[in-house]
Amino acid sequence: MVRVLLNVPKQVKKGEPFEVKLLISHPMESGQRRDQMGQPIPRDIINSFVCTYNGEEVLRAELFPAIAANPFLSFTVAVQESGTLAMTFTDDHGVAQTATASIAVA
Amino acid sequence: MMRRRFLVLGGAGLIVPLAPVRTHATPAQVAALINELVGEAPLRDGRVKLDMPVMVENGNSVGMTVSVDAPVGEVRSIDVFAEGNPLPRVLGLRFGPRAGAARFATRIRLATSQTVIAVAKLADGSCWRDSVDLLVTLAACVDD
Repeated sequence: MVRVLLNVPKQVKKGEPFEVKLLISHPMESGQRRDQMGQPIPRDIINSFVCTYNGEEVLRAELFPAIAANPFLSFTVAVQESGTLAMTFTDDHGVAQTATASIAVA
Repeated sequence: MMRRRFLVLGGAGLIVPLAPVRTHATPAQVAALINELVGEAPLRDGRVKLDMPVMVENGNSVGMTVSVDAPVGEVRSIDVFAEGNPLPRVLGLRFGPRAGAARFATRIRLATSQTVIAVAKLADGSCWRDSVDLLVTLAACVDD
């Protein structure tokens, strides 16, 4: 489990795009570095990110080691009805974690 | 004859692991990746916008915003490539029906001064690119 900071408006206007900001606390070890003994440090990154709203896909991102440590992701969503925004990210070990937020449409 | 062929294959297998472990991507490699992505469609400049600082002090974390000047429903994918990083691919994006706009922001690593390229594929099959030449003062640490 990693720490996630999620920033979304609680209340939005129908059909109007709003910004979602996400900060994931993760080292994003690139697999390019070596430790003090000269041994390669194994790659450990979040390699995929999927955002859904009420089960419908908003955005899917494939992440590579070039994404900086503690990945910050920001994008926009437009919704017609109240519901739940779910963000699922998967790391190299296949561990998936989901962060959710409730959105109310005014 | 078979035995000789076996020897040749065995020899080739031995040589491959000796290739340098750490190599940087080359513009040719990135061009090949983009070719694979774009296929037969013409690749034109415009429509897609890659927003990055031209002077970068710290390559470990560089803000990047990529956006496409088209309704989000018409954008099939956006891909970002870095020519001077050890691995050329940076980001691959696909938008679903709920996305508000074809825009995405994140922070990326840059190993050296280089050209970063964004390629957007639209639903009508057209492909668009934008690139930024950056100067990186402190490169993203590769060795330690």
